[in-house]
Amino acid sequence: MAFRHSYLYSIFWPRLKRNRLALLGGAVVLALFLVSLAAPLISPYDPNAINAWKVLSPPSWQHWFGTDELGRDVLSRVLYGARISLKVGFVAVGIAVTIGTVVGLLSGYYSGAVDAVLMRLVDIMLCFPAFFLILAVITFLEPSIWYIMIVIGLTGWMGVARLVRAETLSIREMDYIMAARCIGCSNARIIFRHILPNAVSPVLVSATLGVAGAILTESALSFLGIGVQPPTPSWGNILTSGKDYIEFAWWLSLFPGLAILVTVLAYNLLGEGIRDALDPRVKR
Amino acid sequence: MTTYLLKRILLLIPLMFGITLITFAVIHLAPGEPVEMQMAMNPKVGKEARDRLTKFYGLDKPLHEQYLSWVGKLARLDLGRSFSPDGRPVKDKIKERLPITISLNIIALILEFGLAIPIGILAATRRDTWLDKGITVFVFVGFAVPTFWLALLLMYLFGVRLGWLPISGLHTLGSDSWGTLHYLWDMAKHLVMPVMVASFGSLAGLSRYMRSAMLNVISQDYITTARAKGLPERIVIYKHALRNALLPLITLLGFSIPGLIGGSVIFETIYAIPGMGQLFYQGVMSRDYPVVMGILVIGAFLTLLGNLIADLCYALADPRIRHGEG
Repeated sequence: MAFRHSYLYSIFWPRLKRNRLALLGGAVVLALFLVSLAAPLISPYDPNAINAWKVLSPPSWQHWFGTDELGRDVLSRVLYGARISLKVGFVAVGIAVTIGTVVGLLSGYYSGAVDAVLMRLVDIMLCFPAFFLILAVITFLEPSIWYIMIVIGLTGWMGVARLVRAETLSIREMDYIMAARCIGCSNARIIFRHILPNAVSPVLVSATLGVAGAILTESALSFLGIGVQPPTPSWGNILTSGKDYIEFAWWLSLFPGLAILVTVLAYNLLGEGIRDALDPRVKR
Repeated sequence: MTTYLLKRILLLIPLMFGITLITFAVIHLAPGEPVEMQMAMNPKVGKEARDRLTKFYGLDKPLHEQYLSWVGKLARLDLGRSFSPDGRPVKDKIKERLPITISLNIIALILEFGLAIPIGILAATRRDTWLDKGITVFVFVGFAVPTFWLALLLMYLFGVRLGWLPISGLHTLGSDSWGTLHYLWDMAKHLVMPVMVASFGSLAGLSRYMRSAMLNVISQDYITTARAKGLPERIVIYKHALRNALLPLITLLGFSIPGLIGGSVIFETIYAIPGMGQLFYQGVMSRDYPVVMGILVIGAFLTLLGNLIADLCYALADPRIRHGEG
């Protein structure tokens, strides 16, 4: 990790701890992890069990969130949906952060032609309405959750690249980089051993916020019917039937949407909290 | 200023080239041929017909030749013909839908800025009060609400429960024969929900941005000077601070274009509005390559143009840049 232990314990954590909203966000994120791990244990029903006698029944003691058009328990489906969201969030952001970091490091370290080409690529990618690009690619591929994660990652690395480049540009001028060069470190060693660990802390913030964005994108794709395919439950595709039965079953639309809202809110609060804790200018 | 302008316009050329290259690569490197899609829909077609189709679309040529011929046509504003049964030129299809999406987005933008600027000023001038905290909560929730979910909730509330607003399309069937006023009123009612959804998405971010821009300006020396010479707070904020706080919003306007165009897919599909977003969605679902490529390229070019205009406006509005000091 980027932080020296002393920094982590003496500055970062105490600052984060004082931010109650960020802690709340962190707690929700943690809870979501547990829920998706324990989904089979805590779901009251099998998420795919069809019950023809209980089609579209409103919330009750047996079915807290009601049932859908096939009589499946919405609560169980929402709990299982947490798994998809977490997976998409982390893998997509992992891809985006990896690409963005490498591009940013190369661009900032070598400058000149490499920088010009890579940054123009960033400019070009930023011109495309991201959602259009994702939609275009995904529909030409077989529907699969892996493709969704890859494509969301491939269209979301530009911000990280710019951040890391800016960091690299300033780190490159530091004396310890000069020292590393003098003792004969290779470029690769300087980039990955000396610059990278010092350039990643702003990435942490954009990664946390990125998870929220990826979850929103996945749910929108699944809602449009090109993301996670039924019967696998995802918050987005439960909302699709919510739309179809909006005149009879409000619960189908309300609960999965709330799940998305709470999750995204939690990641955003945590991300903002990390930003404030990392920012030396913010004094509390 | 002229050199700046010239440089910006020259830079457009490699960017436009890159946009076409990426669009082409995205569509052609993805597995699955458009011809196969058409075959899959109609398995009775034999190999001969398949070859004929491949030849017809020029898919038998090497990739670089396909790219060059596509870009050549693009330069002459020819986007090819749609693969859909009507086979109409893509340009015509886009032409009849682009105005709808653009005017919808402009209405949404006006609403957004009209609300976000006063909200941001309020939050900044009443910093750390309950009002500011309330606005911050609203902003965070606003960031997290999925637009399509908001669209569903509005649909349920205003369309199903209250029955105040129509839930799909731009006009009521048969409204052509009504008087002008009635016709416009009908259209306005159809537009309320889509515009609300379109503007809500960026409202939160924009007001937060406005708040921090305003806070930034207020902390500067010239504001302290203005206060020290005894100007009323109202004049300090609205006359001295506001103009400088608005500057960064111009850049943001340019940046928000791709998001707006991308977001139109969602609300146009939900509310069945015949705009670009819906056309793109239909094109993507039926693997209509020319339509998809055409809209991708046009969407990206519009963004490029929007960014250029925003930067120029910024330069015009800020004397520090206009006179070449910044």
